[in-house]
Amino acid sequence: MTTADLHVIPRGVSLWQDAWTRLRKNKLAMAGLVFLLLVTLLCLLTPWLVAYGYEQQDLRLGAVPPSADHWLGTDTFGRDQLTRILYGGRMSLAVGFIATAVALLIGVTYGAIAGYAGGRIDNAMMRLVDMLYALPFMIFIILLMVVFGRNLLLLFLAIGAVEWLTMARIVRGQILSLRQQEFVEAAVSLGLGPVAIVWRHLIPNALGPVIVYTTLTIPNVMLLEALLSFLGLGVQAPAASWGLLISSGVETMEEYPWLLIFPGLTLTLSLFALNFLGDGLRDALDPRTAKD
Amino acid sequence: MWRFTVLRVLQAIPVILTVITLTFFLIRAAPGGPFSSEKAVSPQVQAALEARYRLDQPILQQYFSYLADLAHGDLGPTFRYPGRTVDELIVDGLPITAELGFYALMIALVLGVTAGVVASLKPNTLQDYVPMGAAMVGICMPSFLLGPLLVLVFGIWLQWLPVSGWGSTPGDKLLPSITLGAMYAGYIARLSRAGMLEVLSQDYLRTARAKGLPEYVVILKHALRGGLFPVVSYLGPAFAYLLSGSFVVETIFQIPGLGRFYIQAAFNRDYTMILGTTVFLATLIVVFNLLSDIAATWLNPRLRYQYK
Repeated sequence: MTTADLHVIPRGVSLWQDAWTRLRKNKLAMAGLVFLLLVTLLCLLTPWLVAYGYEQQDLRLGAVPPSADHWLGTDTFGRDQLTRILYGGRMSLAVGFIATAVALLIGVTYGAIAGYAGGRIDNAMMRLVDMLYALPFMIFIILLMVVFGRNLLLLFLAIGAVEWLTMARIVRGQILSLRQQEFVEAAVSLGLGPVAIVWRHLIPNALGPVIVYTTLTIPNVMLLEALLSFLGLGVQAPAASWGLLISSGVETMEEYPWLLIFPGLTLTLSLFALNFLGDGLRDALDPRTAKD
Repeated sequence: MWRFTVLRVLQAIPVILTVITLTFFLIRAAPGGPFSSEKAVSPQVQAALEARYRLDQPILQQYFSYLADLAHGDLGPTFRYPGRTVDELIVDGLPITAELGFYALMIALVLGVTAGVVASLKPNTLQDYVPMGAAMVGICMPSFLLGPLLVLVFGIWLQWLPVSGWGSTPGDKLLPSITLGAMYAGYIARLSRAGMLEVLSQDYLRTARAKGLPEYVVILKHALRGGLFPVVSYLGPAFAYLLSGSFVVETIFQIPGLGRFYIQAAFNRDYTMILGTTVFLATLIVVFNLLSDIAATWLNPRLRYQYK
């Protein structure tokens, strides 16, 4: 061995590289990831991809089954279904991502404060979370939608406000255990303030579980939106969302089953993909919980 | 243990009060009074209506008289069904919703636990993948899609089962119960698989096998008790989800239960009905969460220490 060899520093494998390697081996999770990227891309580019407008009607046509002109058929107003599914996807994904971002923001902030403060403050803050857990939130969202009308922004906020509780618990637990470790002491003795310690040292170390839970929250949120739209309390026609398309598909499923089957398939496949990706990420980022 | 039970009961009271207060003021904050959409009525009639529903009083007084009535179990009159009280409508709807929820829960428990246990016995084989794949379908297929699809296939195409109703034609309870139960069956399958896998590798099972117990006794008597802890703790929250799930299922199958009343009240802006049902359902959910917490603590001695 020459001295030159000794100077070659072995490349360390970071936690993230390690997780990525593990994730790549999980075929279901990767299939989910690819599917989601594809759907997101298609939905983002919809206005430039499709030949029809989402409210463009062709009443002479009525509902026709899938054909060369309309790949997934048309609805009773003669609107192209593929176009509406893609525009609906924009709505459903937007709700999924924005509401989850709201939940992420509230949950991480709240959990970090509780975990870092500890003691009595932590106790009081977590009692509040326990109390909110017991509230029937589905009922409250319906209530909010009834009282304040079907406001999209409110829908995002309301769903986000429901989903932050588990996030807060997870972050708080992580921070509570990280807080005791030496690198935090080192940061304190270097004179860093609490905000810098939490933001720069603690939260990055708690990211794994946060990412996993975020991935699993998105399908929940999308389901909630679809459910509300199905009940007529969410997105309103002529705008489209997957829940709304399913809801109107149900009304005519006897005569025009394709109006129920295609939006249903799209929603189910997307939820499948998100759940598989979430499970895969959990196994990849936290090998301890990988049961097998 | 008693200390824990009493503490949990005391914690539930402020939650219920919060629900009542929040709902009451939220509904008062809604734009437009409950009668504003009606045809124009003379001011005298308007005043008489408002007096009848106590809307002429200051809001705080309304709140406290509502609380006082509530303490007697009186949820007040409804706006949209003249002469009927919220109590009566709840009494009409509750048994139906409870029956639906019970069947759904039974389906979920039987299917879910069976699938989870079967899968956990041979992890990462076909015996694991098939039931767990089915569980994933159950979780990802929302009830408002599964219900109509079942109706389409079994009700319309095959004509085996009725497409709607509850208790009027034989077999009409089957599809709604399956629709409501499917998702929980999926969750319960995953929870019991994870719980069983945790337990199956433990020493006390090796002891049980070592003393010569037949395998089915080891699994059914020794492993199942520990392996099902996660399922028991899930039952409380599951109850809340079942209730909100019943809103959808009752709407799809036109079942005259509580959930359908609630959705109708929401659309009709029947404020007293919404308020009454919300308070009732919320209390129910809080009580069930409480019971499930207490049951989980009784079953799992490790949870008790933090309250000693």
